[in-house]
Amino acid sequence: MSNASSAPTHSTTLPNGWEMVIGLEVHVELDTKTKLFSASPNRFGDEPNTNIDPVTLGLPGALPVLNRHAVELAMRLGLALNCTVQPSTFHRKNYFYPDLSKAYQITQYDQPLNVDGYLMLPGDIRIGIERAHLEEDTGKSTHFGGSSGRIHGSDYSLVDFNRAGVPLVEIVSRPDIRTSDQARQYVSELRAILLAVGASDAKMEEGSMRVDVNVSVRQAGEPYGTRCEIKNVNSVRAVGKAIEYEARRQVDLVESGGVIRQETRHWDDAEGRTHTLRTKEDADDYRYFLEPDLVLLDPDQEWIDSVRESLPMLPAARRERLAQATGSDKESEAIYVVVERGQDDYVLSVALSGGDASRALVYVQQSFADAGPSPRVPAKDLAVLTVLERDAKVTSTQAKTILAEIVAKGGGDPVAIADAKGFHALDSSALSDLVDVVIADQGEAWAKYCGGEEKALGALVGAVMKTSKGKADGKAVTALLQDRRKSNIE
Amino acid sequence: MLRPRKMADFGYHRQSVLMSNEMSNSSFPTVIELVTDIRQGATTASAVLESHLSRIDLRERDIHAFNVVTVEKARETAARIDSDIAAGINCGPLAGVPIALKDNMCTRGVPTTCSSKILEGWKPPYDATVVTRLQQAGAVIVGKTNLDEFAMGSSTENSAFGPTRNPFDTSRVPGGSSGGSAAAVAAGFAAASFGSDTGGSIRQPAALCGVVGVKPTYGLVSRYGLIAFASSLDQIGPFSHSVADAALLLEVIAGHDPLDSTSIPQSAPSLQSALSQGVKGMRIGRIVDLPEGSEPEVLARVDVAFEALKSAGATIVDVTLPSLSFGLTAYYLIAPAEASSNLARYDGVRYGLRVDAEDINAMYGATRGAGFGDEVKRRIMLGTYALSAGYYDAYYGKALKVRRVIADDFARAYSTCDVILSPTSPTVAFPFGSKTNDPLTMYLCDVFTIPSNLSGDAAMSVPFGTGAHGLPVGVQVLAPALGEQPMFRVAAELERAL
Repeated sequence: MSNASSAPTHSTTLPNGWEMVIGLEVHVELDTKTKLFSASPNRFGDEPNTNIDPVTLGLPGALPVLNRHAVELAMRLGLALNCTVQPSTFHRKNYFYPDLSKAYQITQYDQPLNVDGYLMLPGDIRIGIERAHLEEDTGKSTHFGGSSGRIHGSDYSLVDFNRAGVPLVEIVSRPDIRTSDQARQYVSELRAILLAVGASDAKMEEGSMRVDVNVSVRQAGEPYGTRCEIKNVNSVRAVGKAIEYEARRQVDLVESGGVIRQETRHWDDAEGRTHTLRTKEDADDYRYFLEPDLVLLDPDQEWIDSVRESLPMLPAARRERLAQATGSDKESEAIYVVVERGQDDYVLSVALSGGDASRALVYVQQSFADAGPSPRVPAKDLAVLTVLERDAKVTSTQAKTILAEIVAKGGGDPVAIADAKGFHALDSSALSDLVDVVIADQGEAWAKYCGGEEKALGALVGAVMKTSKGKADGKAVTALLQDRRKSNIE
Repeated sequence: MLRPRKMADFGYHRQSVLMSNEMSNSSFPTVIELVTDIRQGATTASAVLESHLSRIDLRERDIHAFNVVTVEKARETAARIDSDIAAGINCGPLAGVPIALKDNMCTRGVPTTCSSKILEGWKPPYDATVVTRLQQAGAVIVGKTNLDEFAMGSSTENSAFGPTRNPFDTSRVPGGSSGGSAAAVAAGFAAASFGSDTGGSIRQPAALCGVVGVKPTYGLVSRYGLIAFASSLDQIGPFSHSVADAALLLEVIAGHDPLDSTSIPQSAPSLQSALSQGVKGMRIGRIVDLPEGSEPEVLARVDVAFEALKSAGATIVDVTLPSLSFGLTAYYLIAPAEASSNLARYDGVRYGLRVDAEDINAMYGATRGAGFGDEVKRRIMLGTYALSAGYYDAYYGKALKVRRVIADDFARAYSTCDVILSPTSPTVAFPFGSKTNDPLTMYLCDVFTIPSNLSGDAAMSVPFGTGAHGLPVGVQVLAPALGEQPMFRVAAELERAL
């Protein structure tokens, strides 16, 4: 799920000068031991209604007590998103629904904890973060009977309150996103930051990261159009698809003389379309007011500073560092993949052990997918291998074989393995002789190649490799054959 | 457990009206007397309990102070305390004292109803912090007392289970909303009791029933387990026969509770030590712009109280509280607004009453329509309206500003005096039905008590003689936040002067 590597499979340009304006609201469950306002465990996947208590169930007389660790994780995220941490308050958002035990959600309203941050996308595109505030999750309803899977028309519903009161942070972007690719990059980068600071496991499939998308369209330079909010967007892929569909729908509607209504729409992933969930007219009046059971949340500067100091290096900085060390493009797939796996420190330690950084990057990207942030293979062993290959002591094919053995055994001396396998790259005069032997032997292929049939090159290289029993370096062979043809034609 | 039959089953009892003339506070022992006697072996917790239970047997049918009397549990507790005392174990500062609790405080395994059909039969799985502290102090809980439904009212006529009657005159109300707790003490059913005060719900019934009632500073006593009416105003406090009892009871329940975020992070104040200090040199505020409408006999008793304090060495200082008369209006926006949110959880989904219907919204409507009484519905609608988009600023927002002004007025007044004296209630106990047709008349009962809930300050009512019809009059001692010590000094002086 790397940013730059995600091919723009469904990014289209809107016709006739239309431009998308996109803002994202992302809810993430914080990785705390207990709930936001009570001591019940915050744990996914337990038996229904086992992680509950009077506060979670909204029993009469129960009162919320704010979880300090949740505040700290929210501050970590806010600071990582370049937000200002400010004195903040909690409000009640009032509405009736069976999985909302108190019939109000405690959330931050006009004074959120984190405000005015930003997140950088590839190409140095800056997406503003309006706020990142704390709130509690609801329980989970399951509706049985009926066709829609929704409460209306169902025969009965069951509610699991394990999720009720789980701490959430809602991260609200400014409407700075202009393409579906940027939206997907934003979600991926946000996820990388969440994982880096340890705020959340950010699993969209388990619902610990949930994305609502606001989309409008306008002619470039014009004021914002009427926006629609899309819910039920459950994967990074769906973020892109839902935006593309919705933007096209809006453009088609406007161009055919229609008017866009402000509404909440539901993304149907199977059908690949959005449909109306509720219009602005039947939106609830939430009657927000200051939660009288809680007091001002005003983290002192000392606390804020200590959280800031404890932040790890963030993904963007780590990519920058790795790109510089390996001489790669910071937006290349290898850089994203290796940093996302947390293996950038390992690559750097290979370089520190005298290895070739750019080869180490390739080895790690290709062969360490399941090795985790701290691979078993000693950095020194990998360093030796990169040098053997760089100095053409072994061919790249041989290097791969050695690497596979080292990975399988969790380490090993590449020189000894190369010796044991009889791996040595042929020196240049021996290689030249070999190429001449093959040209003589494969007259037909050689003639075709000289006649301009590029495909024949592959057969010739393969023949040289076979004759050399794998000791020839493929690149060197190719170069020699190209030289021979050049002089042959001349 | 004994469930008293509803008042309607019995009608009026002339005998109890006759008995009322024989009653006085002094006819029942105080908490401190009981604790001393039990500790010294002069009596036992069980014997004390039985004497209270026998009074309940005799008069509860007339009074209806209780929603439930927990006879068996009380007997078990008293017996355990007696055996512990015999074994030389210290059972706490309230060892063996029979105590009644307003039925809006959660008691584990004991029905807690708020005198509402919507919670009828609900048994909490946990104890309120106050209940836990009382049990740890050795109190013997005798039952849960009647109240105006969800503490909304000033006469206890709004109970879904029938009204409580005033022990001094059973044709009259005991006040409210903690009418059951006030009546239980006045009738000798419990040595002391606890209520909750959101706009006067402890002080006003204390005044009307001739007992002491304290509304502590907001945050002094934990609200954990108190079923919320208006969270920013609710506060638990004691009813007792004497000021010294109230000081002891408040010391037991006060002090920081980590389960209540609005609980003040400090330990309980020392109050009993303040009782004997006298009032010499204290400055007592007299409100010169007191809202009108009080009975002259009530005002006369307040004048006597001022004189008594003056004779004891205090100075009387005139203070103005120009915003006082706006308190009622602000209160009747703020309290219903919070209540509309606090009472939304009674939706039939998880506990309490459920009236099934064709879909979820119809079920909500049917359940809440059947479960709540008229006054509760009125306040939910009022509060919902006050918080609605387009009306918030004009109603709820404005009320919050008035609240701020009132708090500022009090703060200014307290810069020139230590405490303020006023009537607790503008009238003595009134007859049943005399105010039920016009809610606004009923709301006026709390004109003197509401302001200290809005400001979060301390206040208490001290019985101070009688007014019209020979019925009890209470004098209110108002003090700044955490001013419980000067408040109790003055209250104790008034008690001595009587």
